[in-house]
Amino acid sequence: MADENTNQGIPAPEGAADVIDTEYEIGQDNIETQFGPFGLDIHNPVFLISGLSIIAFVFYALALPEQSSALFGWLRPWLTSTFDWFFLGAANIFVLFCLLLIVLPVGKVRLGGADATPDYSYIGWFAMLFAAGMGIGLMFYGVSEPMSHFATSLGGVSVGEDGMRTDWAPLGAAAGDQAASVRLGMAATIFHWGLHPWAIYAIVALALALFSYNKGLPLTIRSAFYPILGERVWGWWGHAIDVLAVFATLFGLATSLGFGATQANAGLNELFGVPVGSTTEVILITAITAVALISVVRGLDGGVKILSEINMGLAFLLLIFVLLVGPTLAILTGFADSLMAYVQYLPALSNPIGREDANFSQGWTAFYWAWWISWSPFVGMFIARVSRGRTVREFIICVLLIPSLVCVLWMSVFGGTAIQQFVQDGVTAVKDAPLELKLFKMLDELPLASITSFIGIILVVVFFVTSSDSGSLVIDTITAGGKVDAPVPQRVFWCIFEGAVAIVLLIGGGLASLQAMVISTGLPFTIVLLLMCWAIWKGLASERRA
Amino acid sequence: MYQTIMSPVDLAHADKLTHALDVAGDLARHWGAKVVYVGVSAATPGALAHTPEEYRRKLEEFAAEQAKRLGVEAAAHPVITHDPSVDLDPALLKAVSETGADLVVMASHIPNVADRLWPSNGGTIAARAAVSVMVVRPR
Repeated sequence: MADENTNQGIPAPEGAADVIDTEYEIGQDNIETQFGPFGLDIHNPVFLISGLSIIAFVFYALALPEQSSALFGWLRPWLTSTFDWFFLGAANIFVLFCLLLIVLPVGKVRLGGADATPDYSYIGWFAMLFAAGMGIGLMFYGVSEPMSHFATSLGGVSVGEDGMRTDWAPLGAAAGDQAASVRLGMAATIFHWGLHPWAIYAIVALALALFSYNKGLPLTIRSAFYPILGERVWGWWGHAIDVLAVFATLFGLATSLGFGATQANAGLNELFGVPVGSTTEVILITAITAVALISVVRGLDGGVKILSEINMGLAFLLLIFVLLVGPTLAILTGFADSLMAYVQYLPALSNPIGREDANFSQGWTAFYWAWWISWSPFVGMFIARVSRGRTVREFIICVLLIPSLVCVLWMSVFGGTAIQQFVQDGVTAVKDAPLELKLFKMLDELPLASITSFIGIILVVVFFVTSSDSGSLVIDTITAGGKVDAPVPQRVFWCIFEGAVAIVLLIGGGLASLQAMVISTGLPFTIVLLLMCWAIWKGLASERRA
Repeated sequence: MYQTIMSPVDLAHADKLTHALDVAGDLARHWGAKVVYVGVSAATPGALAHTPEEYRRKLEEFAAEQAKRLGVEAAAHPVITHDPSVDLDPALLKAVSETGADLVVMASHIPNVADRLWPSNGGTIAARAAVSVMVVRPR
């Protein structure tokens, strides 16, 4: 194996630890069979256990709604309030580890071997990783989160009878000081959408890309554990890791799709008077799933990449529009101010111990970290799939620093405009609107509102599609034992299954409880990610630097 | 009449292709044509190979075996795509022009209801390629 890989940049082994030489053959545990007229190529335990356990949990949520809601409704806040220090501390480690990889000599290692060339151009690559990673969140939280942190900061600190803080402001708030509240609000928002989440994704993506492209292991989550588990990774330990990843990905996508349909429905109602209700929401989920289906059948290049690029183009146009017709000067100075505020408040906001702002650090930050981490198997694996040929340094810069900067810009433009509307013009529409309408209320105050709002709706829907199609590809690859050439009907199955789970949970109830359960998987995955850092370090040490 | 025969192969299921390989070999001997074996794979590690380079080597070994077995001149032409499940047809059509083939001989399964949803690769190549295509059913 070492000899075979010489041309791909992996050096001849020096000692026992260098090149992974496993007897395992990719697909050896797969079953190749016919299901009616369709061919199947599925990993024996992982496909079945994932599918059946997902169905079992859906039944549990439907049959015992109060019990499941009580259990998961309790579990999620308990985890984020008990282990907040762990989530915050671990996320800091991920950021520092990524920054180290940029400056250390191992940053020169090329994913795919020293002679590998990048599979995608910068634009296509960036569009795909961004659309899968957090596109949809930016649409919903781009306006609401800066506004929320600004308002709570302005409101100041309030203490309950038990001496605990009852406000949700970050750090020590900025009671009555508008300028300071804007800075603190923007810093807190950027903190949740900047370096930390992208470092989480980067760790998972880098581990998978390294162990797949450079070490020859299958492109599936378990491969990153080879340095820790050795050959056991092909047994039940590995099955459990992969099943957990499929589980978190499918439920994460399905519950987001369910909630997303509710929010898109509210937007459509506001704009066009479309009736609010299950029927519209089911139609929306069906339409999103149908477009995602076309996208997955057209494949990575013909479907997912094209949609991601279209979406990024539209999002960029909307950004430029708001920047130009909104308070341009205030936004631009706000961008620089926000960036500086982020740097200034970063040590305090990321401090894992001795926090006085429990509501904020547990209810917002730890919640977000658990959320990003529960999504990391999906987004990380998708980023890995499209990142072959990049050096580690280039990879980290493009997955960590550039998306963080784009998020700062996005939040500064959308959130900054909304805050300006409130501070300068006294417009309270955005502040008073429910979450799903805040973006549209902000656009309402600008010219051409009907056009931009329509673009906003399209963006929301297509961002869901780009998450759904890339998620289906990821689940298909994991449940096919890391094979990327499994028969097309399998990815069609996962795409439809995800839409069906969303519809069933939407109609029968249980979206909230199962979403809480998904976020709860953030805790075990945090441990998994910490181990991945060590695995990456060990894996990179033996690679030739390009 | 024909100088270059393109024979698409799925190395993972080469045992099921014997009939089509024999037909391509017979035709090549008949016209003194060269057979180019085309295989499509991804850059990600797969069941057959861990790297594109390893895949190329395996396809070349396969072509050499066939050349010896069938008594024809043979070459290998690997194509690496991002998503081989979906990119197979365009990759094969591109390979037709890249190899300069004037005849394609490829195996295809007996059609069933699934072909109405997903046309077979053989059917698609026959429908779209500018050169003659012979689709060989299993015996």
